Amino acid sequence: MITKEKLFEIKEKTKPSLVEKLLESDRVEFRGEDLVLKGEYYKKQVRIALKNCDIIDPTNIDEYIAMDGYFALLKALTEHEPGYVVEEITESLLRGRGGAGFPTGRKWNEAYRYQADKKYIICNADEGDPGAFMDRSILEKDPHSVLEGMALGGYAIGSDQGYIYVRAEYPMAVKRLQIAIDQAREYGLLGKNIFGTGFNFDIELRLGSGAFVCGEGTALMESIEGRRGMPRPKIHRTAHKGLWGKPTIINNVETLANVPVIMNRGAKWFRGIGTEESPGTKVFALVGKVENAGLVEVPMGMTLREIVFDIGGGAQDGKEYKAVQTGGPSGGCIPAELIDTPVDFESLGKIWSIMGSGGMVVMDENTCMVDIAKFFLDFSVEESCGKCVPCREGTKRMYEILDRITKGEGVEGDIERLEELSETVSSTSLCGLGQTAPNPVITTIKYYRHEYEAHIKDKRCPAKSCKALIKYEITDKCIGCTRCAKVCPVVAITGKVKEMHHIDQSICIKCGACYDVCPVDAISII
Amino acid sequence: MSTVKLTIDGKTAEVSNQLTVLQAAKTVGIDIPALCYDETLEIFGACRMCIVEIEGSSKLQTACSTLVKEGMVVHTETERVVWNRKQTLQMLLDSHPNDCLTCHKAGECLLQDYAYRYDVNFRKHDGEIRPQLLDTTSPYILRDNSKCILCGKCVMTCAQVSDRQVLSFAERGYETRVIFGADESIEESPCVSCNRCVAVCPVGALVDKRDMDKIRSWEAETKIVGCKACEYGCEFEVRSRNRKPVSVVAKAPTNGRPLCLKGRLTTELKYLDNPDAPYRKLDKSFEKTTWDKALQITELLEKIERLEGSNKDGEGEE
Repeated sequence: MITKEKLFEIKEKTKPSLVEKLLESDRVEFRGEDLVLKGEYYKKQVRIALKNCDIIDPTNIDEYIAMDGYFALLKALTEHEPGYVVEEITESLLRGRGGAGFPTGRKWNEAYRYQADKKYIICNADEGDPGAFMDRSILEKDPHSVLEGMALGGYAIGSDQGYIYVRAEYPMAVKRLQIAIDQAREYGLLGKNIFGTGFNFDIELRLGSGAFVCGEGTALMESIEGRRGMPRPKIHRTAHKGLWGKPTIINNVETLANVPVIMNRGAKWFRGIGTEESPGTKVFALVGKVENAGLVEVPMGMTLREIVFDIGGGAQDGKEYKAVQTGGPSGGCIPAELIDTPVDFESLGKIWSIMGSGGMVVMDENTCMVDIAKFFLDFSVEESCGKCVPCREGTKRMYEILDRITKGEGVEGDIERLEELSETVSSTSLCGLGQTAPNPVITTIKYYRHEYEAHIKDKRCPAKSCKALIKYEITDKCIGCTRCAKVCPVVAITGKVKEMHHIDQSICIKCGACYDVCPVDAISII
Repeated sequence: MSTVKLTIDGKTAEVSNQLTVLQAAKTVGIDIPALCYDETLEIFGACRMCIVEIEGSSKLQTACSTLVKEGMVVHTETERVVWNRKQTLQMLLDSHPNDCLTCHKAGECLLQDYAYRYDVNFRKHDGEIRPQLLDTTSPYILRDNSKCILCGKCVMTCAQVSDRQVLSFAERGYETRVIFGADESIEESPCVSCNRCVAVCPVGALVDKRDMDKIRSWEAETKIVGCKACEYGCEFEVRSRNRKPVSVVAKAPTNGRPLCLKGRLTTELKYLDNPDAPYRKLDKSFEKTTWDKALQITELLEKIERLEGSNKDGEGEE
């Protein structure tokens, strides 16, 4: 069993060599007393959930302890009552980072106050939004922060059993979590009588099998219970009746990774970061057509402009920035003119998008907004569990309409039909997946209705992206180099050397290979 | 447990606080439509037909899964509610074959009832519809997955008998289907033909094959009888035309009553003048059999004969 003294001893022994090793590698620097990653990309970032990522060795518990790891648990267990932990988290105004932004403290308080012989805490690590990898990084690079967050949550609500529901598509995360759990058990930081306080808490892994909907709390519990992952109707709060009918708290990876830091530094410190209603930071997976793609953790309230341009470096290849999509398949597209919107729960909600779990997909001038809506709808159609009617049937019909529009077969009234279907799917679906599935359609119609109309009425794709609505033509800039003819996979291009070439439209499959290879930009898309 | 007072469509209901809005509405004679709700099954929340508006909440709530509260004010047929119900019904009909004219379930089909109640019709569209997946392997059950609305009642009722649990969901999204066993035909699956699933199916996806072509629901004089095969006393409906019983169908199982094939055949034999020949499943295939074999009474009858030395009665083979 680990003691307070032993924990201090490990920290004092490990820290100096860790710091020395890191400074030598030239990857980190000191910002005040904190070790942070070096470089322009990290300058504007404030890392709380990611504070140890790429800094410590995730398979070495001593290095986590060296960075004050498990000290929050020590302090809570030896100096405070469970109620204090609940209060401190409530006071910090930490809100769920999985997407909905529900106050974590309030959730914990519900379970804390509810009397039961058994309670559970679940870490939702079933990250599934396309292009999102925030939780994955935390799980792979700082697994102990999640374990400590769960132990603190367990202590707060009176639970002795935690589950981490992690998707099987994250084998490295699974492996590192298991290593971390084993190490924590070996040290007595998980298991019976932690720090000799009589508090018991253990964690088990449960692997998801690839269903996106299992990231929904009740579907996740069904899955842990060994049933088909379908959401349950919420007759009772899961904080009262959740897993196996017992009070259950379910928190996202990033939320839990915030907990030990808040307990270490205090709620007041945390509220000093971010905005009044959304304190702290948020991790985003900045991806798509952006110059510097990667994970960013920034204070809430930072504008989209700062994230996309100052950190992300703007659109790739000097193209024009068009929009950013936040919240994945549940979120919305935010047009360029709203680039100065601060990123927090309230501000994004006001412009019909959501914070979501942290996907941030940048789009440039060549992105067709109808096609983007179709992409996300396709995802929702695929991932709908099939239980409730509006999500199963409605998203399918929406996808069919969008598919038609992008193929140039849209008809008058399609936009209205999409709006009607969106209304029913979002207001009557059983779970969050269905309720938010129409968001990409709603927002693109709201901000880019003209693009929908161009597809439907003029049979034209303004972004020149929908294959059925574009044509490749060779202009008189052609120098007859023959490169296009050589690269064409269907031999649609003819022409003699040093003479202008020609594309046979009846053969062309619009793959764009000629366009990419032409050295003088003689091929135009019309 | 305590009593709460709430208002539903202007009517005051005083009910236990353990009731749902849907159950409370029933006590004051308000019928909230629901395709997947059944008192004897767990609350599933799939059909979304029972949505209502509750004052103080901007969201539509499902009456089947919302508990009543003191002072609650519920509206069950507002413009918004009705519009969304119509949309939901339209979605179901868009995937449903337009064959009510020849469907055996017509007249007792909930989807048909609600389509009539909310004036929603089939319409032509060029989108996908559910593929025809007719399973004719069982002499007792006709399964047509193209008519299935995935309300889950069959799966849930089958799961209530622990040694059955034959039905489950497979695939997901629009491809979701109810399957028997490991996606087998009824004949190959471990299905014991108890017809629990048929009794709860609100549409024509699961139909009693021995009732088909005998009588239409609306022309039948019906009588509920208790099965005498064992002490459970499961209920069956004897359907008659001009006072002549022509078919027996299982009623939805209640109070832990299991329903079984033996009971159904016993009841048929008892009440029908000309019951269809019985079938039994041997090695994953149905075969026509005799009544004494079907009811597993051959040995008993022989023994009775030996003991009493009396003449063997005809077992219903008049």
